[in-house]
Amino acid sequence: MSNPSLTNRAGTKVATFPKWLEPLVMLAPAGIWLSLLMVIPTLLIFQLSLVPGIRPGQVVNPSGLDNYFKIFQPGYLPVLGRSLFFSISSTALCLLLGFPVAYWIALMVPKRWQNLVLLGFVLPLWTSSLLRSYAWITILRPTGVINSLLKAIGIPPLDILNREPAVLIGMTYSLLPYMVLILYASLEKLDRRLLEAAADLGATPQQAFWKVTIPQAKSGIAAGSLLVFIACMGDFVNPELLGGASSMTVARLIYNQFLGATQNWGFGSALSMMLILIVSVAIALQVRYGDSSLRG
Amino acid sequence: MVHHKPKSRLPFSWQAAFSVLMFGFMYLPIAVLAFYSFNQSPYSAGWKGFTWEWYIKFFNDNRILAALATSLQVAVLAVAVSAVIGTLMAVGLARYRFPGKGIYQGVAYLPLIVPDIAMAVSTLVFLAAIAIPLSGGAIQLSLWTVVAAHVVFCLSYIAWVVSTRLTDLNPHLEEAALDLGATQVQAFVQVLLPELAPAILSGCLLAFVLSLDDFLIASFTAGGGVTTLPMEIFSRIRTGVKPDINALSVVLIGATGIVFSIAEYIRFRSERKRTR
Repeated sequence: MSNPSLTNRAGTKVATFPKWLEPLVMLAPAGIWLSLLMVIPTLLIFQLSLVPGIRPGQVVNPSGLDNYFKIFQPGYLPVLGRSLFFSISSTALCLLLGFPVAYWIALMVPKRWQNLVLLGFVLPLWTSSLLRSYAWITILRPTGVINSLLKAIGIPPLDILNREPAVLIGMTYSLLPYMVLILYASLEKLDRRLLEAAADLGATPQQAFWKVTIPQAKSGIAAGSLLVFIACMGDFVNPELLGGASSMTVARLIYNQFLGATQNWGFGSALSMMLILIVSVAIALQVRYGDSSLRG
Repeated sequence: MVHHKPKSRLPFSWQAAFSVLMFGFMYLPIAVLAFYSFNQSPYSAGWKGFTWEWYIKFFNDNRILAALATSLQVAVLAVAVSAVIGTLMAVGLARYRFPGKGIYQGVAYLPLIVPDIAMAVSTLVFLAAIAIPLSGGAIQLSLWTVVAAHVVFCLSYIAWVVSTRLTDLNPHLEEAALDLGATQVQAFVQVLLPELAPAILSGCLLAFVLSLDDFLIASFTAGGGVTTLPMEIFSRIRTGVKPDINALSVVLIGATGIVFSIAEYIRFRSERKRTR
């Protein structure tokens, strides 16, 4: 820092705006807000998760990890399993469906059209998530679009609304654009000369794909999968609206513990902590084993 | 559907065919909603004639319109607060080193990854915990508690968008302004803010759309008194197909489409300006 600037600062501002105040003005408001509505609440649900069966207003002393053990009892373990099943399957589906699209946009569409095509693909993302699920109800219900078409060509109707396949369709639909965006970002950076070099050296297109393209896209695949997995674990709308009574998930179970007929805030808090733990583990694995290029 | 196929340069490939199929998948639900919003018979899948009935019904539905007004109020208030404190936070984090910065930064971007349901639950528990001693048992949930909860994630998204712009900003701009005799406040308002404006605006639009779309956090923090639009939609569609919801969908999709296009245009233009 040059000397004139120092005297300048000293001369004009110190009286009205002390230097130590500046970082405080910038960081304190958000810091206080986040502490009050993010940090303290999370600590509070951790405390509450150690409390047995609480209803609003009730005061009960912590009595241990019973609520956590309850998650692993035969009545609730399938719920956790189903959440993981939905998340892992949707992640795999998004990867399977999203990769060719991202590949096409990044490597086969001319550069000047890429932004527009990508924009077109992610546009439905900006519509209300409830209404997107609602649209799938219209499509999948017994008298809906798909079954009317099937009926017209004489195929027996598909009864998938309020079942697990409908949830998978809804989740995959909701998260496919995110997957494509992230995969595109990593494929777009792919050096095409590497593919040419591979071809010159006698590699078949398949070999070039597995030995050049996939390793380059690895960080994108990891980041995209992580994002889809996390979003599916916390998804409430799709299982609730498309899954029917048979598709109870952790997010729905948490909702019921707080806003449902049988409230149990202690158990709901434990489930919530469990959800946060699963998400944290997924992120930790990504940070530990994932490529560093997409971090921070 | 935005899909451009320049001739000759784009030979047919299975990737292209598959992508077109996936475009169809992405737009199918929207097309279906639009189709039924003009269909006379709400319950049959076939076309039974054109009607404006559902749109008229929607625009005369006071409950939906009140919910829409509530949602807009929440989104505007939350985004306004978040724009100020989120931008300040992003600039502060880019500018200063201090003990505990790592933790601060971690917490600041936590709302981007913590599932909505977990945030909703913890906010409700927190509000219950402070309301019980303060007001003798009654949880004072209102529009303001929804706004306060929305600020948490809005501020993270805005700060995130702003910080990506900050990283490739010339750090000497402000120094130059200070050297030329500007006060710190002047340098911030007249030099830094104009540079950040496109990022702040697109962050705000993103936060605005997310706030309008939020169902979980609003239903946990709204209490009985206020109903936001997603809460109203949810309570209607969980019991089955409602034809006037189709009309609402088309109106909302159109509106968010416009907001999104503006946001993308601003981002695109500012990026152009930067790379030029």
